[in-house]
Parts: sequence; C-alpha cells; structure tokens
Amino acid sequence: MKILNCPLNGPRNISEFAWGGEVKAMPDPVRCSDRAWADYVFLEANTAGVVREWWCHLATSYWFIAERNTVTDDVIRTYPASELFAERIQFTAPDKPGPR
Amino acid sequence: MIAGINRLGTAYGRLIDRETSIAFTFEEREYSAFAGDCIAAALAAADQWVLSRSFKFRRPRGILTMAGQDSNTLVQVGSEPNVLADRRPVTPALAVSAQNYDISLAVDAGSAIGLFSRFLPVGFYYKAFYKYGSWKFWEPVIRNRAGLGRIGRDAPHGYFDKQYLFADVAIVGGGPAGLSAAIAAADSGAEVVLIEEWPILGGSLTYSRFERDGGRSVMGEELAAEVAQRANIRVMTDATCSGLFADNWLSVIKGRRLYKLRAKAVVVASGSHEQPAVFRNNDLPGIMNGTAAQRLIRLYGVRPGRKAVVLAANDDAYGVALDLLEVGTAVEAVADLRENPEETARLRAVRGRGVRILAGHAVVEAIPGAGKLAIIGATVARILAEGETEKAAATFECDLLCMSTGYGPAGALLHHAGASFGYDQAANMFQPTALPPHVFAAGSVNGTYRLDAVMIEGHRAGWAAALDAGFASESEPPPVTGDRGARGLTHGFPIFPHARGSDFVDFDEDLQVKDLVAGVAEGYDDIELLKRYSTVGMGPSQGRHSAVAAVRLLARETGFDLAGLSVTTQRPPTVPEKFGHLAGRIFEPERHTAMHHRHLELGAQMMLAGLWHRPAFYGAKADRELAIREEVLAVRNNVGLIDVSTLGGLDIRGPDAAEFVNRLYTSAYAKQPVGRSRYVLMCDQTGAIIDDGVACRLHEEHFYVTATTSGVDGVYRMMLQSNAQWRLDVDVANVTAAYAGVNLAGPGSRDVLAKLCHDVDLSAAAFPYMGTRLGTVAGIPARLLRVGFVGELGYEIHVPASQGEALWDALMEAGAEAGIRPFGVEAQRVLRLEKGHIIIGQDTDGLTHPHEAGMARAIAQNKPYFMGGRSIAIQAARPLTRQLVGFALADPEGPVPQECHLTIRGSDIVGRVTSAVRSPSLGKTIGLAYVAPDQAKLGSRFDIRIAGGAIVQAEVVPLPFYDPDNKRQEM
Repeated sequence: MKILNCPLNGPRNISEFAWGGEVKAMPDPVRCSDRAWADYVFLEANTAGVVREWWCHLATSYWFIAERNTVTDDVIRTYPASELFAERIQFTAPDKPGPR
Repeated sequence: MIAGINRLGTAYGRLIDRETSIAFTFEEREYSAFAGDCIAAALAAADQWVLSRSFKFRRPRGILTMAGQDSNTLVQVGSEPNVLADRRPVTPALAVSAQNYDISLAVDAGSAIGLFSRFLPVGFYYKAFYKYGSWKFWEPVIRNRAGLGRIGRDAPHGYFDKQYLFADVAIVGGGPAGLSAAIAAADSGAEVVLIEEWPILGGSLTYSRFERDGGRSVMGEELAAEVAQRANIRVMTDATCSGLFADNWLSVIKGRRLYKLRAKAVVVASGSHEQPAVFRNNDLPGIMNGTAAQRLIRLYGVRPGRKAVVLAANDDAYGVALDLLEVGTAVEAVADLRENPEETARLRAVRGRGVRILAGHAVVEAIPGAGKLAIIGATVARILAEGETEKAAATFECDLLCMSTGYGPAGALLHHAGASFGYDQAANMFQPTALPPHVFAAGSVNGTYRLDAVMIEGHRAGWAAALDAGFASESEPPPVTGDRGARGLTHGFPIFPHARGSDFVDFDEDLQVKDLVAGVAEGYDDIELLKRYSTVGMGPSQGRHSAVAAVRLLARETGFDLAGLSVTTQRPPTVPEKFGHLAGRIFEPERHTAMHHRHLELGAQMMLAGLWHRPAFYGAKADRELAIREEVLAVRNNVGLIDVSTLGGLDIRGPDAAEFVNRLYTSAYAKQPVGRSRYVLMCDQTGAIIDDGVACRLHEEHFYVTATTSGVDGVYRMMLQSNAQWRLDVDVANVTAAYAGVNLAGPGSRDVLAKLCHDVDLSAAAFPYMGTRLGTVAGIPARLLRVGFVGELGYEIHVPASQGEALWDALMEAGAEAGIRPFGVEAQRVLRLEKGHIIIGQDTDGLTHPHEAGMARAIAQNKPYFMGGRSIAIQAARPLTRQLVGFALADPEGPVPQECHLTIRGSDIVGRVTSAVRSPSLGKTIGLAYVAPDQAKLGSRFDIRIAGGAIVQAEVVPLPFYDPDNKRQEM
C-alpha cells in the first residue's frame, strides 16, 4: 500500500487520503461559452505523465496538491495549496445573466 | 486402520513425531498418521497415492511437488474445499475427501468425458453454445460439474484477525539465501523480520541430498541457530507472504492471522519451483518431481515408490536416484535428456550401483495401470531432435517416475514489485533483470543455485537491504563471482508431444500440447492472448508449472526468439487467501447520539442512518404501522419530540462568511438578516442537487449551517477544498458531533418550551417562523431555530452534546402534562412528505437538477457565482426531460406504491415513484414521483406500476399536500 507524504501530517498510508481531481483552472463561469463550461465540468486532461492533483487527508480534512507521474505512479512532491492559490479569488457580476 | 507400509526408519522424517499417532479418515476409510505428517504424506505412507481427480477430464491425480506448489493434491476437509493435502497437517478426527468425482474416487463416471476430449478443443467455450437455447441447456450441466470442491453452507465462521508489523528489512524465504541475508542485515543493526512458509528453517537444505560432511541439513540447522541468537531477527515460520505491494507493504498469512507488514527494504529469497516435463500421461499418480520424492523421504520418512524411472536433465537427478536407492526403491533406469551428461561423482555413483543410464533419451509415455490410478511403467526412446524421439522404444516397469529436468524462479513477489524478467539462454530459465528500488533478491529466485554462491549472495543482499534502510555496517561483503550454478540445471525443451495426446502442459486446466498449438494456429500468438484463450496458467497453480512450457511451445510454433518473450505478469495473492483473512475481526463502528440511552429506555426500534443509530419508531416491532401513525398524529395535534443530533452542523465564521455561503448554495445570503434562517440547497458543478439544510445567521460574520446526516462530511470537505482556492477570510468548523439537537414540534410546542426557556421572547411576533435565537433552555445554552420540515409550529434546539440527555429529560418532563410523545425517523419522513419536502438521495438522484425538482425558486438570479450555477442556467434553457410532482391516488383505499415503482405510459417508462405513504393526517395515499413533463400539470393523471404488475392511477396534486397555506408552521 502506497505511502503518500502529507505536507501537514507527514508520510501516511494512501488509504487515509481521498483524491480530489486534477487541478483545473476554472474558466470565467459568467462569460465563458457553454461548451467551455461543459468541458471544464466533465472533462479531465487525463495526461500520461506528471499531473497536478488535489488530495485530502481525510482524518484532518487537510487539502493539498500532489505532483504525480500517472504512468509510474511516482509522487514527485506534495505541497500546500497556498503555493498555487495565494490570492483571494473574486467573481465579478455578470453583464447580462444567462447562458450562451 | 491402514498402517504406513511405506514408512521409513527413524533416520528419515524430520517433521514427524513417531511417538504421537493421529487417526483420520480419507474417503471414509481410516488411516493413521504421525504428528507432523501432512495429509498427502500420511496417505502415501499407507500406499494411497490417488488424492483427487482433475478439473476437466477427471483424471486421477496425486503428488507432484509435495510442497503445496501444485494443485493436484486439492482435497476437501470437512466443509473446507481446496485444501492442499501436501501442506495441511493431519489433526485428530480430520475427515478428508477427494474432489471432482461422481461415483467414487476409484471409479468416476465423469472421467468418461476424456473420451470426448476431441470435442472439447481449446477455446471451445467461445465456439460452442451459439445456437439459441444450447447454453440454457448446458449451463446447469456445466455448473454442476465445474468448480473445485464443495462449499458447506453450514460451515462455521472461524476466528480471524490481523496485526500490523514494521521492520527495517523484511526477508521472504528461510533457505540458505534468506538465512544469510537475515544474519547480515541484523549484524548491520536493522530490525529484521524473516518469513518462512514451512514449519522449519532451511529451505532446500532440509530435504536435498548433499555429500558434504554432516550433510546440508546440518548446515541449515547451523544457520537457523545463528538466526536464533540475534534478538533483532523476528522469525515467522508457517507464514506465507502472499503479496508485495507499493512501498514495501507485505501481506503475510500465518494461520488465521493476516499481518500487514511495512518494511523499508525487502529481500526476496523465495527460491525456485522444480518444473515437470511434458510427455504422454505425465499427470498420473506416481509421477512427481525429484524434489517431491526427496521431501517425502527426508521430511516425512515415506518411501516414494517401489520401482522408479528417473527422467534427468541435471545432476540433481542423480542425487534423487541415489536417495531412492538408499531407501530401498529400485531404480530401473535413468533417462537423461542430455546427449553427453557430465560425468559427475553422483552420476558415477549411480552407474556404480548398476543402474542403467540412457543418455540422450526421453520418457515418451507413462503406462497407466487399471483405471489410471497408478502407473505401471514408462516408455523411453532416443531423442532425435527437440521434442522428437525415435519410434523404437523400451518400456521399464515402474510405479514411480521422478522428473528432474529443470527449475524456474519463484518470482511472483518480484513480479508484484514491478521487477522485469528476461530469458537467460545459457541457463534456459527466466531470471529477474531489473529490480525496483528498495527490493533485493538472492538465491535461486535470482538465478543463483550453487550453494556457496547462494550464501554469498544472500549475505550481500542482507547487507545492501540494511544499508538501503539506513543501517551501514563496517565492511562491504563481496559480490558473487564466477559460476552461479544456473547452467546445466534446466533443459531447454523437456516437452515431447505425443500423437495420442494426454501430454499435459497445464495440469490444472487439463491442457495438452495440441491445445496450445491449436491456440497459436488460431492466431493467439502472443502469450497474453494464448493464456486467456486457452486458460493456460489460470488455474490454482497460476502457471507455476505451465507458464514456461507454454512460452517454449509458443516460441517453437511461432518461430519467435524465446529471448524476446516473457511469461505473463504474476499478481497477488501468491496463495489463496480466505475471505476470513481479509475480513479479520469485523469492527463495525457505531455512532450514538447523546440521547441514545433514552431511546432504548423508551422502547425505540433503532435503525441505521450511515453509522448513526437513530430511533425508527417507539414501540414493539409488531406495532410498527400503528406506532408511526400515532406519532404523526401526536405531532399534528399535540406535541412531539425527535432527536435530530445526527444532522450536520457547520459553523462558518469570519468577515467573508456570507460571501462563502453565497458561493456554495443556490440562494442569496449576503443580505440575510441576523436572527433569520434561510433554506440552503447545494448543487455540484454539474448542477445536480447534493445536499440541503438551513443557514442561520447568528451574527454578521457567523452562519450556523445545517446539512444532511450522510452528506455533512462530504460538504465539509468540499467547503475546505473550495476555500483552499478562493482564500476567503472565513473559518469552517464541522460541529456536527459537538451539538446535540431536538425538534420540539406540534401546536403545543411553544407552551412546553416556554416552561424551560425564559430569556427568549417566544411569541409569534418576536420569534417568527424561520427565525433563529440564542438562549437558554433548562439552563443549557442553546441555539433555537424555527424551521418547517415537519410542517407544524416547532423549534429545533441545538445544545452542546454533553447536555443533550439533560435537554431531552427536561423537555420530556416539561411536556409530560401535555402528553408529549417522542417520535422517530419514520414518523418524521411521513410528516415531511405530507408537506412535500424532498429528501436528498431519495427524491433526488445523481442527476436531479433544481428545475426538475420544482426548486427553481431556490435559485438566486443575480449572484456572480455559486457552485453549479452555470450548469443550472444551461439546464434551465433546455426542455425538461422529467419532472418531480406530488400525486394522490385516485383510489384512497388501494395499495400504496413503493419507492422505485415505475411511472409508465403505455409501454414506456417515464419515471418512478420516489416517496409514497398512506397519510394519517389526510386519510389518503400521497407521494412524489418523476413523470414526463407533459404529465406534470395539476390534475393530470398517470399510471404507476406496482408490485405484481398491477397498474394504479395517480393524479397530480399541488404541494404541499397538508396545510397548503403553511399556516400551522408559521403560528
């Protein structure tokens, strides 16, 4: 059973974690096309190679990022989400509401 | 009682204790064993060599490896099927029977299927049964005959458990390589765990023939003694490593315990498997590996036969021949596949005993006796070319045929770890070529067979593993140099196909040479394809004795170079694991609310909501319907009390609390006044409803948000993931277990609460519906919420969990005069249904979006972003495909539909019923159902198909069913 190195809790059995999907940039939910939104919601890049993904240590509810090679299943490194997300994200009001 | 006529003198049998006899039965005949005997050994001692019959052709089978590596000895022990007779110790009153026969082991009607073998070619499963109906006929016939052993429905549940273990260095295999590795690793200072399958350490040293002074078994004992001297070596005998998983996590089975062992470094010293040869009738009782005969002799003190023929391709065969002669077995001939075998000391000794040695000869056929229950001879012929012999042959009388034609690594654990294997042309064996980090190999599994080299290699592997685990020692031990002893052990093609067949490549699957040849001819010319098409290697022995032979045949048939081929990847487990091992002791966590004991004292029938125990209703099981009905009416007409502690509670605090709630739920919260609650509906990014509850604004910067019992943990995690990206100034705490809660509901609830709560103005004007207050109830600090789930005047009271029972007691006492009635989950479900409220996961499924569920009013229009918002807008612009409606049955006395009964139109399914009940408050049957959008108009009728196929007609009615103006809950 794999060991994953949690940035907060140290090395723990993989069974203590839940995968949270790829780190994906959200398109502007107000202004993007329906197509772009659907791609964001339903599609994963599913890269064969190094990916960035969300992991959660369940016992402590701590979310962090892992860089993992999906071909070899090697985890290259794990780090706090604040490394990627340091700024407050603000959503701006729509000019005209509704889908495109 | 059948005595052991084949038992040898006390110089032999190091596993048995002749002082202790044990009686057992096989096929209902009584036999006697010594303590330490395995079933097969005790039966062999009594001259019983047939143990079972084969899977497909029901051919008699017996000992092949005498080491639990093959499946020819699978027997039924009581209610336990598929026991390895050559490993299971005999215990008193053991009742053993054979498997796969119809009339008796000796006379099996089913073996007649062998006559039809020509109609059961390779892959016939895929080719037959195409004609409609033929599978319907044959399936029960095949199911009846297929399968190994019998599962006893009354088999007792055994006790199994698990244990965690940690080691710096784990060593699998207690033979000379493993023992040397353990000593070296321990001397470097590492904590070592040594895992050995057999009850004693020593591996091949315990049964092979060696000529050194004192014998190799003495050397085995010396090594074992050195291991015992080192306190930092934990020895586990009778323990099998069934899998090597990521980061060196090993599963080890010992008895009824599964050990979960984590090691920093692992040394695999698991040895090798002797390989059988392929010739006609090579599967019959009396034909065994040379090492099997040696195990019978040295471990169990049993003479393997009276007259033997030895099939040789290495010097070990001559050791076997000498061992047989020593115990009084006549060796009629040695057929040596090698044209010019080396004149070793052993070979000369065998010749010196007058044994005929036929160099360049092969066994082409074993001659069966009556019923194929034994062999009576072997036919030997001169080899002309690979796999071919001359026609002219000589037959030798024998009841034993020992094969010593080669070995292959027992490399399953290295496969698990991701090692790569390649074919060594000089040695005619597959060997590991590259090992993953933190995994080391030593001994014959690594292609090292010469004993001196084995010990050097083991020593170095132990040192290297300890170093890898962080334990350095003074000096680096030398690597193996020179001959590792692998060459000249294994023949490159010990396969002699016979025109009349029965030349078995895979004993488990009864696969003959022609089956594999036909598979290749049909185009399955890759070992991965050939394996699945022919099923070679898919039986209980998992290809231990067939994989390499199959690859050899594949190479020959295709002309591909063997060096470029490989055996299929071996996967865990290496040995069968019982379900009990995987289950261990079942730990079922239970979650109890603070009021748990009160419910039991009041006679509640408890139910599970996830891990939580909640009262379903109060009263005897037999009175279920009546109790629920009375509880509902008590709430409607009087006052009731329900424990809602399990519902999720989240404290969201900080300057961005409102903004946070705004982004996660569909409605608008930025301007929600302090002291008010609002319904919250949560959707995922696809727009599907996933949770609901109520958000209470206790402060400008503090929302107390409730969630469903089963959803709260997921909601909490998702909130944290969201804010890990948004970086809002907010803190989220999952306080579900920190608060106990009740809903005091019914027209009499205000009066009851007023007796206990004096610091909150409970009048309707001061504390309206959907208000929220902080106060004190019975002296306990409380959050008070007026919410509308059950549709009556009522108060949810949330207090610190430690005070939950005290709160319950106070309310029950305060309400006693009014006749307060506790009510459970079942009554609550009826009450909420009468108000048309949905239950997430019952009235919604994984795709339900708010517009389908009639919840468009919960969607705020002007928020820049909320989770699922964009998807909901996209869905809103499309026509609905279904709609959730409230219905009442046209016939109020008719049967009540159940959840998932279908709503149909003609022959089409348009939806399903999600909730339905005969309403105590309304006196008619009501429910919620998905229907086609054009059936959703009020007053329209639709059909529901209930159990048994009957159709009931329903009418769409407005929601809520009860108190449509909501006057009662807003009192």
